Amino acid sequence: MERDTHFILGVYDDEDVLLHAVEEVRGSGVNIHEVYSPYPVHGLEHVLGYKRSKLPIAAFLFGMLGTTLALTMQFYMMKFDWPMIIGGKDYGAFPDFIPVSFEMTVLFAAFGMVAVFMITSNLKPWAQPRIFDLRSTDDKHIMAIDLANNSSLELDKIQEILTASGATEVNKKSFE
Amino acid sequence: MQVTSSVRQPLVTGGKTYHDVTHDVSRHVESKPTKLWYLAFLTAASVLGLGSIALLATLWEGIGMWGLNKTVGWAWDITNFVWWVGIGHAGTLISAVLLLFRQKWRTSINRAAEAMTIFAVICAAMFPVIHMGRPWLGAYWVFPLPNTYGSLWANFNSPLLWDVFAISTYFSVSLVFWYIGLIPDFATIRDRATGLRKIIYGALSFGWDGAAKTWMRYESVSLILAGLATPLVLSVHTIVSFDFATSVIPGWHTTIFPPYFVAGAIFSGFAMVLTLMIITRKVYKLEDYITIGHIELMNIVIIITGSIVGIAYITEFFMAWYSGVEAEQYAFINRATGPYWWAYWSMMTCNVISPQLFWIKKIRTSIVATFALSIVVNIGMWFERFVIIVTSLHRDYLPSSWAMFYPTWADIGVYLFTFGLFFTLFFLFAKFFPVINMAEVKSVLKSSSEKAHK
Repeated sequence: MERDTHFILGVYDDEDVLLHAVEEVRGSGVNIHEVYSPYPVHGLEHVLGYKRSKLPIAAFLFGMLGTTLALTMQFYMMKFDWPMIIGGKDYGAFPDFIPVSFEMTVLFAAFGMVAVFMITSNLKPWAQPRIFDLRSTDDKHIMAIDLANNSSLELDKIQEILTASGATEVNKKSFE
Repeated sequence: MQVTSSVRQPLVTGGKTYHDVTHDVSRHVESKPTKLWYLAFLTAASVLGLGSIALLATLWEGIGMWGLNKTVGWAWDITNFVWWVGIGHAGTLISAVLLLFRQKWRTSINRAAEAMTIFAVICAAMFPVIHMGRPWLGAYWVFPLPNTYGSLWANFNSPLLWDVFAISTYFSVSLVFWYIGLIPDFATIRDRATGLRKIIYGALSFGWDGAAKTWMRYESVSLILAGLATPLVLSVHTIVSFDFATSVIPGWHTTIFPPYFVAGAIFSGFAMVLTLMIITRKVYKLEDYITIGHIELMNIVIIITGSIVGIAYITEFFMAWYSGVEAEQYAFINRATGPYWWAYWSMMTCNVISPQLFWIKKIRTSIVATFALSIVVNIGMWFERFVIIVTSLHRDYLPSSWAMFYPTWADIGVYLFTFGLFFTLFFLFAKFFPVINMAEVKSVLKSSSEKAHK
């Protein structure tokens, strides 16, 4: 068979079959390009060997930035730039600055993390995703195998491995 | 496809497959609006239009259009503000707190509840903005913007300013949380559509492809956002209560306010979610997704929070007596027996007595009773805020300043405006957005089976 089909797709109906299939397929030495699912399948990232997302670290750093900016802003404005006696309190009334600092921490952490998520996952309104199979957002799990990354294996062999792992269909797909 | 456990009630009934979930939810977005939808939407839009006359009159003439006087300086405006913000607490509570507690039943209701939250917060934010009188100058009063007075900055010692930060953070974070959840569902609609709809939902779906790596990040983002939104939701109503609690007005100056306001917010928010979901499930035939089990669980939350609110009312009375402060004691006696006794006892009946009916299983699993009581609860919660605000103010320190508050047509009209706005937005949401989080429902569809993998 010729190698002009760039991807070979295994279609799975069930998440548990899929989890075993990913292990089996990887165990047979096939490089999986990616698995597309209609909903998050727990444990899929482990069997695919993905490293844990670093997004929580991004959230923490952005949160720290928010706290720092909020406290700096409030102390600068209230204590240094235009000090005023309000209710007989200290100019730098630290306890009074907690609520706004908390809110700005949450705001920066949430928006910062979501921005990083959007950028790393290439999510933007004008993005043109490569859709391997339209059913991958409905009820099927699609395992995509890039033939360019599996040049040592025969096409028939890959198809055999996919069918043996429980794929209900094995299709081919190429993009221009 | 669906495996039913013998121990737990299934969350989705009717033996739905994954494709059924997609179809049952997407078809409402894809079909032409029904006559019933047009009727409901036009009614809401008419109320919005009528109410906008009162809003414009208020903006044109100033807040002298309202029934406020020199004794009662806050009345319906702040009552409505706190009421709407309270309603806006259920969505984030359901999606964030219940996510952290791994309560999977949240999946069928979180989308609509979050939408309701966002619309309720928009309605709430209207009131402080209009109350400024000249909202076009308001940005200088509420945000720390450089100005020609020095700069004379906004006062960060004021709870009213904390509120600006709390409400705007709450609104924007809830909006982001809601939208992140919508992205995979927009992709589902995109992949079923052709033509213009494919382009529109394609843009809305941000090029989502459902890759395992993206799902992993999505899960991570959801969890962290839930972790951030949980203290946020508690902080918002805490800070709203600071607007009163940090003052020295008898009846407001109490340390119990933050937890009491938060419980009240969850109480009224769940009631509003029930009111809307009972209608939505009926009209959209989603009885298999929003089951009696869901309604019962929400009613249990209502009993708990309603009882907390009841205990708070009694504690306030006790503390007024125990403090030995005469002004405080008078404020509470006046609430229960003064000229506003009817508001006080409406509040007590609606909020403390009526939710106790949910102890009876027949009532909390009855749709008609739940619907009726959910409305009663929200009437009661409106009276709670009215009682706290107006009865504490109307007996001033000088008896010569004692006054009553009478709403004008503009007060009523602006309140109606927010109702119109809320329902107009909700109906638009119900037509053009998937009302149930399809991806999350699919992820719990099989969950009652034992995990085949570890």
